[in-house]
Amino acid sequence: MAGKLYQKTYTQLGAITKATVVLNAPGASNDELAVVQNRLAQVVKTKGDAVTLQVFAGTEHIPTDAEVTFLGEPPTIKVSDALAGRFFDAYGHAIDGGPEVEGEVRQIGGPSVNPYKRKQPSEIIPTGIAGIDLNNTLVSGQKIPFFADPDQPYNNVMAQVALRADVDKIILGGMGLTNDDYLYFRHEFENAGALDKIICFINTTEQPPVERLLIPDMALTAAEYFAVEKNEKVLVLLTDMTLYADALSIVSNRMDQIPSKDSMPGSLYSDLAKIYEKAVQLPDGGSITIIAVTTLNDGDITHAIPDNTGYITEGQLFLRADADSGKVIVDPFRSLSRLKQLVQGKKTREDHSQVMNASVRLYADAQNAKTKMENGFDLSDYDLRCLDYAKAYATELLAVDVNLGLDEMLDTAWTLFGKYFTKAETGIKQNLIDKYWRGN
Amino acid sequence: MTTKGKVTGIVSNLVTVLCDGPVSQNEICYIATGGTRLMAEVIKVNGANASVQVFESTRGVKNGDEVEFTQKMLEVSLGPGLLSSCYDGLQNDLTTMTGVFLKRGEYTAALDANKKWAFTPIAKEGDTVSAADWLGEVKEGWLPHKIMVPFSFEGTYTVKTLAAEGEYTINDTIATLLAQDGTEHTVTMSQKWPVKVAIKCYKEKPRPERIMETGVRVIDTLNPIAEGGTGFIPGPFGCGKTVLQHAIAKQGDADVIVMAACGERANEVVEIFTEFPELIDPHTGRHLMERTTIICNTSNMPVAAREASVYTAMTICEYYRAMGLKVLLLADSTSRWAQALREMSNRMEELPGADAFPVDLSSIISNFYARSGMVILNNGARGSVTFIGTVSPAGGNLKEPVTESTKKAARCFYALEQNRADKKRYPAVNPIDSYSKYLEYPEIVEYLDNAIEQGWVEKVNKAKNIIRKGKDAADQINILGDDGVPMSYHEMFWKSELLDFVILQQDAFDAIDSLCPLGRQKYMLGKVLDLCDRKYSFDDYEQCGKGFKEMINILRQMNYSEFQSQQFKNYETELEKLLEQYGR
Repeated sequence: MAGKLYQKTYTQLGAITKATVVLNAPGASNDELAVVQNRLAQVVKTKGDAVTLQVFAGTEHIPTDAEVTFLGEPPTIKVSDALAGRFFDAYGHAIDGGPEVEGEVRQIGGPSVNPYKRKQPSEIIPTGIAGIDLNNTLVSGQKIPFFADPDQPYNNVMAQVALRADVDKIILGGMGLTNDDYLYFRHEFENAGALDKIICFINTTEQPPVERLLIPDMALTAAEYFAVEKNEKVLVLLTDMTLYADALSIVSNRMDQIPSKDSMPGSLYSDLAKIYEKAVQLPDGGSITIIAVTTLNDGDITHAIPDNTGYITEGQLFLRADADSGKVIVDPFRSLSRLKQLVQGKKTREDHSQVMNASVRLYADAQNAKTKMENGFDLSDYDLRCLDYAKAYATELLAVDVNLGLDEMLDTAWTLFGKYFTKAETGIKQNLIDKYWRGN
Repeated sequence: MTTKGKVTGIVSNLVTVLCDGPVSQNEICYIATGGTRLMAEVIKVNGANASVQVFESTRGVKNGDEVEFTQKMLEVSLGPGLLSSCYDGLQNDLTTMTGVFLKRGEYTAALDANKKWAFTPIAKEGDTVSAADWLGEVKEGWLPHKIMVPFSFEGTYTVKTLAAEGEYTINDTIATLLAQDGTEHTVTMSQKWPVKVAIKCYKEKPRPERIMETGVRVIDTLNPIAEGGTGFIPGPFGCGKTVLQHAIAKQGDADVIVMAACGERANEVVEIFTEFPELIDPHTGRHLMERTTIICNTSNMPVAAREASVYTAMTICEYYRAMGLKVLLLADSTSRWAQALREMSNRMEELPGADAFPVDLSSIISNFYARSGMVILNNGARGSVTFIGTVSPAGGNLKEPVTESTKKAARCFYALEQNRADKKRYPAVNPIDSYSKYLEYPEIVEYLDNAIEQGWVEKVNKAKNIIRKGKDAADQINILGDDGVPMSYHEMFWKSELLDFVILQQDAFDAIDSLCPLGRQKYMLGKVLDLCDRKYSFDDYEQCGKGFKEMINILRQMNYSEFQSQQFKNYETELEKLLEQYGR
């Protein structure tokens, strides 16, 4: 990024905070990059000649006479097919020991797709996990986060989903990943022999938090290259968006902005939407699908980060530990895929939505039976059957370690219905019962 | 001479400009940067410094960039061709833009200047006219689109010449008007109007006196909205705000529907593009898209244009109202607009109100809601703008500034409830917390007496009471157990379930159930209340539950059947048989 002739250099900083420096630099343009003593920074505010720079790596030990050079352009990434199989840091520099990637230079965080030019998403992304495929089917072009407490194995589930999904490219944007998790992803991708379709942009907990702000835009600009130019199906994984939002609040705080709910900047909704809305089904067949992780604090979805996320994304997938089966399951009640009706029964078997509704409703009956039991009321025969069903349903279908094809999932559900219930109790349409019922 | 200026400061999309002449509040200016011109609006002036909000990304803007002021406020073009269009928040036509991505600084014309419209005169030469009077009309699809004296014309005029019947473009002169001072003014089929100013060219704005049918039972039957009335739908995410609004858009009894997608998901707008051209308007038999205009500023589009988008939408509504039409405005979601105000207020370092929203949020919202309403035009015709907005309360908590401010301004409240959504009881409108103030209007009560049946509102209140009692009974049953309460509690509970399943719940995705005209709503409410009035002789609570479940099932099948069809009547007979079994 260095070495252009017209660069101006300044050596007089006016103010320094933990994340920003202020200096007099007439002619700096908004969003432009600068280098402050070898650290990358970006113009976030100008007032007269005073320019505020957000220093991505933090300002530790930056002196007031630090050398500041302006680079004349916003953050960029070089895009080409050579990105595939590579690992980069937040600035797009290779961290896998390989050579720097050559290609067309693109500004990150570019414009949005004209909504009129979008196509309605209509292709299923199978994951093998019944809690997703059966109950909350993913569709290409969708944006959906996992809502999970920090102790849930969300990164493992996400890696699993990515590797099973039938896509052309998988782009991982890791924000505040622990080094262990980074190595885990790397190991999983290598083991699966899928490295040639994977691109990673990684910021670990060892690196400064403000750098994270670059990760989603880097990942999505690369994604747009493959989806728009190459008409590829691209899956973007973003983990953990809660840490991204935390970095936003750090910067806004250092700029003395008035915080809104939960100390988050007032622009949180727009900031998150700008990222998630990059998910798109393009007219020429390419698509960008975003699966993100938003970690929760003790399941609290009213916190500003999951709350704003929920208003932006097309559903959410809830992970929780299930006591009955002893497994981590995709919660059928709190999870939702808003786009599922675009593919269920249209791209999948005709009984899909009826089986899904019946199995969730019966699972809800089991929860009622459980409450009854806990309150000391007598259980009916139906209640007892519901409880047995719930355990089997959680183990054989909801658990995240299940790996089945969609038809197998439907068949498994029919087997469970036949084992525990009468035909009438399932409430499924007669013509489907006639065709698929298993058991007596 | 126009005022010019230079950029002196930038924070995100707030830019300060040092001006060399007079500027006015809300004036539009253009910032020249990197070969493009970015549109911006003055939102604060301090001496020679104007703060402007830029409707685009400000990436690359530099101090010293040239700014040109236009002396105009943000305006929209009004004329034939607005219907079936899809605009961004600044009324740029999204369908004529080139390329997949939105290009910064690309502004497209709102109306097609080349299209010819068949004009028929209404006024005559020599007539005395004033602003908003009808000079003629063109057919916009099936709709008689009136060509009016521009709203900005003050005083009275004499029609000097008027175009004969024939085909004209929107820029052809169709009339010359003579002002009282003798000056001559030409009128074309299109005009401009500043979006933040209400169009008030009407005689009077009386209280609403009839209701607007939406085809949604939980609205029409329980808490109807008046034609020209206001309502809002708050709810946490995943409760079906957008599905409910789309349902209203599909069936609402309006001539024109304007949908403002304000800061929401792009795929929801794609759904409208994909479905509306296929769907049929049940009232006219025409394609839904023919009566719909979409204003779309999705969440990733520039924030400042979000505020503009709702005003643009309202101005288009007022324009059609002046033609004597019934217009329905649906905005999803007004919270995003409030958040856009918050972002700007924050950047201008204003002292914040509650939750960092600007302190005048409440008055901004009520001023906006006040622009709707039914009006009597100068020629005695009636027109109306009915407005329903959604609100997305943070954390689903209704005690937050946007919900509270809206509650003060809107007269109907449709509270979407997480609990009902979790149970898949859609539309998830809470029947007890929701209200319609219009049910207290004597005019509306009288209207309903005539339009539906005598004593209708009493019936509605009775139904609400059954739901309330049912909830109390359910609480008691939960505390004391099924055996611990008398049978009457079980009956009370199940009667409310009957109302819930048959009247409140409605399948938005079923071709028949999704559309429920008033006549059918009257019939079904009568039927259900009749069942609630009956005496039953159940042996025990289990039989009570079973009996009511059977009734619910039959009545739901009726909801899914064509009204008064053979199938519908067969279910009714089946119901009678069932009642013989449990009757007393």
